[in-house]
Amino acid sequence: MLIHVRHRTRYTYDHPVQSMIQALRLSPRNHEGQYVRRWQIDLDQEGTLRPGEDSFGNVLHMLSLDGPLTSLCITVEGEVEMLDTNGIVRGALEKFPADLYLRETPLTLADAAIADFAHEIAGKAGSNKLKVLHGLLGAIHSEIVFDTEQTDTATTASDAFRLKQGVCQDLSHVFIAAARHLGIPTRYVGGYLMRSDDNIHQEAGHAWAEAHVDGLGWVGFDPANGICPTEAHIRVATGLDYLGASPIRGARLGGLAERMEVQVTVADSYPQDLAQQTHWSKPVDAIQQASQQFQA
Amino acid sequence: MPFDEMRLEDGSVRAPYLEVAKWLEGVTSAQLERRRAEAELFYRRGGITFAVYGDAQGEERIIPYDIIPRILAAQEWAKLKAGLEQRIKALNAYLADIYGPREILKAGIVPPDLVWRNPAYRPEMAGLAVPHGIYIHIAGIDIVRVDGDDFYVLEDNARTPSGVSYMLGGREISIRLMPELYGAHRVAPVENYPNELLATLQSAAPRNATKDVTAVLLTPGQFNSAYYEHSFLADKMGIELVEGSDLFVRDSVVFMRTTEGPKRVDIIYRRLDDAFIDPLVFDPHSMLGVPGLFAAYTAGNVTLANAVGTGAVDDKVVYSYVPDMVRFYLGEEPLLKNVPTWRCRDPNDLAYVLDHLSELVVKEVHGSGGYGMLVGPHATGADIALFRDKLKADPTNYIAQPTLSLSTCPAFVDMGIAPRHVDLRPFILTGADGIRIVPGGLTRVALRAGSLVVNSSQGGGTKDTWVVES
Amino acid sequence: MLSRTADSLFWLSRYVERADYLARVLEAAARLSALPKAYGSGTNEWESAVATAGCTDLFRKFYETPEAANVIHFLAFSEDNPSSIKSCLEVARNNARAVRTAITSEMWQTINGAWLELPQMAAKATDPDSLMDFLDWVKEISLRFDGSGYRTMLRNDAYWFARLGIFIERADNTARILDVKYHVLLPEHAAVGGGIDYSQWAAILRAVSALTSYHWVYRQGLQPWLIADLLILNQQMPRSLASCYGAIAANLERLSSAYGRHGESQRLARSILVQLENNRIEQIFQSGLHEFVTGFIANNNRLGAAVATQYLS
Repeated sequence: MLIHVRHRTRYTYDHPVQSMIQALRLSPRNHEGQYVRRWQIDLDQEGTLRPGEDSFGNVLHMLSLDGPLTSLCITVEGEVEMLDTNGIVRGALEKFPADLYLRETPLTLADAAIADFAHEIAGKAGSNKLKVLHGLLGAIHSEIVFDTEQTDTATTASDAFRLKQGVCQDLSHVFIAAARHLGIPTRYVGGYLMRSDDNIHQEAGHAWAEAHVDGLGWVGFDPANGICPTEAHIRVATGLDYLGASPIRGARLGGLAERMEVQVTVADSYPQDLAQQTHWSKPVDAIQQASQQFQA
Repeated sequence: MPFDEMRLEDGSVRAPYLEVAKWLEGVTSAQLERRRAEAELFYRRGGITFAVYGDAQGEERIIPYDIIPRILAAQEWAKLKAGLEQRIKALNAYLADIYGPREILKAGIVPPDLVWRNPAYRPEMAGLAVPHGIYIHIAGIDIVRVDGDDFYVLEDNARTPSGVSYMLGGREISIRLMPELYGAHRVAPVENYPNELLATLQSAAPRNATKDVTAVLLTPGQFNSAYYEHSFLADKMGIELVEGSDLFVRDSVVFMRTTEGPKRVDIIYRRLDDAFIDPLVFDPHSMLGVPGLFAAYTAGNVTLANAVGTGAVDDKVVYSYVPDMVRFYLGEEPLLKNVPTWRCRDPNDLAYVLDHLSELVVKEVHGSGGYGMLVGPHATGADIALFRDKLKADPTNYIAQPTLSLSTCPAFVDMGIAPRHVDLRPFILTGADGIRIVPGGLTRVALRAGSLVVNSSQGGGTKDTWVVES
Repeated sequence: MLSRTADSLFWLSRYVERADYLARVLEAAARLSALPKAYGSGTNEWESAVATAGCTDLFRKFYETPEAANVIHFLAFSEDNPSSIKSCLEVARNNARAVRTAITSEMWQTINGAWLELPQMAAKATDPDSLMDFLDWVKEISLRFDGSGYRTMLRNDAYWFARLGIFIERADNTARILDVKYHVLLPEHAAVGGGIDYSQWAAILRAVSALTSYHWVYRQGLQPWLIADLLILNQQMPRSLASCYGAIAANLERLSSAYGRHGESQRLARSILVQLENNRIEQIFQSGLHEFVTGFIANNNRLGAAVATQYLS
């Protein structure tokens, strides 16, 4: 199946930005079941975009822009040929042994509640790792309600688990925290999902998790949908948590308040309205990852 | 009786201390007290202070200084120096390995989880070619003695070791306040440390740096406890003392903001922890770092000293494998001894430790500053019970070592001249042109009678360390 | 030099200068308010002290009516007022600490010593006499700081940025006094004459330490237009706007020749200096003293912003 993706991120600023730097993990790579036919990143401002690769093997572009800028739009657009692999990831670039993915990170730390939850599931599922992981997948999918209002990009797994609410990122973090607590190497995946309903317009990309099972290798689990990834899941970046696979991490000098709007379109045919459509998501005040302030 | 570096058990004076012993006989307590007070004034006037974390007053304190120098004979130092050089080479090779080909893991010498699950290991560094292959440009290796023959390594500090300003301050005081004693010895100089450090940093510049390389010292700012040292070193080296906001990255090159416009920076001696150096890669909330710095580093456009992720050797379990690293990477037998270490992650070791808690020192694997440790022979029953529970709950977090009878040196304390336990932190500089170690280092002294804890946060003081030619 | 270092030097000087100015303002207000009530002019000297310090709006957030006790507290000791003497000395010390190695030990000891001594000095200033002691102490600190900088600093960019801070702040301060007091200098007011005016005029001159200078320069009794002339155009008078701008332009020229680059700061400073040099006091009164002073304050702020953009960030 050929999937078309267009992902636009538009920033607007109250005051002109003097300079900006961003790390972009927005480009998928090939592996079994995923072949990138065409992919490009476009900017509506003049800047330098330096391609590279991070230590996890993700494609990493460093973007530097000099102001004054009052807005910036980053458009990612491409086509990926997808095949269903039953959620199993083969032939991907692996830079680390699976055991690295047992590391704890602040976002994926299992607190007592997640630890108890993980042990309860594991107790029911028995010794088969795959069964345990499916148990976690089902339980997290049913217990945590998908809700875009309660959490943000800094929400930890334990906070989301306590709220019992969150977005795909939060559900993935809970899955990772629980699986790692059980000694199963697990990682975060950021990407795109072509929805099974006809709604091609989305407000954000998608996220899920991959766990390492002896004999099978890396297997995907999408707790937001309660399924293993299918041919509709395009893998873009992986990491220990959201921060390692985040599509855009940036910092800027000046600009005061920032507004960020995201528009993601994922469809299995080139959508008729792709050229002129203006389905922007609700503007949100983006969290500034890091800003620099100077004595006036 | 612990080994005293001045006086043997039979009352005779060890050769390196002959002059000191003679001097101590002739000097009165009042004279010593006056010099002690002058030394304190020197530190206060110079603002050689450290801030105590969690102190509501934000008070700036000075570290107590003991004016009686500690003496090492040149031959003793030569032996120690060779051991330090060997050790730093092995530690550097280990870092190059775990961020590179991972041979030591494949050889089954170090358990892989000590790398993969070590919080100080930075996966972001894997596969990155650091300039000249140097990771630990500046190390502080803590050394103790238990007898006249051997030096033991207590711990390796490969992140941002501090204390060198006290080493230099101590020497300044010796020369000013004890001219008669200083003049009676041929003391190897340490005053050239800032020059040696600058030469080391400059030698480590990236290969594509401009001819006139620019080095800077990156500090977390004036509220950091070691700020005095940062500004002191920058000043002595004649380089800029910068904060994160003074630097910026454009197109993977680091610049500093100057009154004459942006100026390219080639080498950053950073006294800022890994987690804070770049919000785009590490802690996203850090305001102390430089966005894009890591990308510039990855692109080979700037040298970070020390490299990122060097803390992976500071770990106290990893420490126990350093002699194996020396053998593995250098094919040599270690010159410096390690303190025997029980790894509580190993069930047999744990069982032994639990049975012998009252004799052992138990330390947290990632602990520092003398906190979070149990000194068995000095501990109460309740402390031991507490550690027993901690060990059982999380054995991988602890190691145990025999309670070493650290050597003592004469110190001037309230009751007069008395032996006090000491350790030694030499500073080892590694540049592209070799290893430099100024003779001696920072001697830390536990001023409380019987105490083995030399950390300044726990009542420790410092002494000048003289390496003397006989 | 690091921009942040230059920034700290610049602000260090400005805050020490501001502390000195506040001490003079308080001294002048205390002297005027001590006059017999018969001279009562209907003006509130304490209110005008707050205005001269440029913090009327902030003051009103804390107090209703300006009177001796609350104004003295607010301008000298308040931690809520970022421009109180205490706050100025604290900010100055923090800036000094940040550039500890760029200033001389004499300067550091002066400002650090002041910061250490401040709590006792402030605690003692409980009655009018000891308030004067406190204000004298503050002026003393600024003299020592200024003097030690003058005597011990290398004549390089660090020195020029420090001097720039002093003179931009001083010009602002002199202009503020004129801004608040311009009405007592106007001709229609002068016609009224009498003791009250004399006291007011003398107070203005005292606030800039120029009562004696006035007599040396003009050799006659206090005349409002001559007071304005002294404070605005007289190049011999170290706190006049013209004199400050002579120094500002000179320091900016030294910077530009050292760095080999001219910029907006130099252009702006020259243009302000030329306006002052070619002006006459009659002309200023004719086109409106108040308008002139307001325009000057805005220009001086623009210069501060230009220096910040060109060098300090």
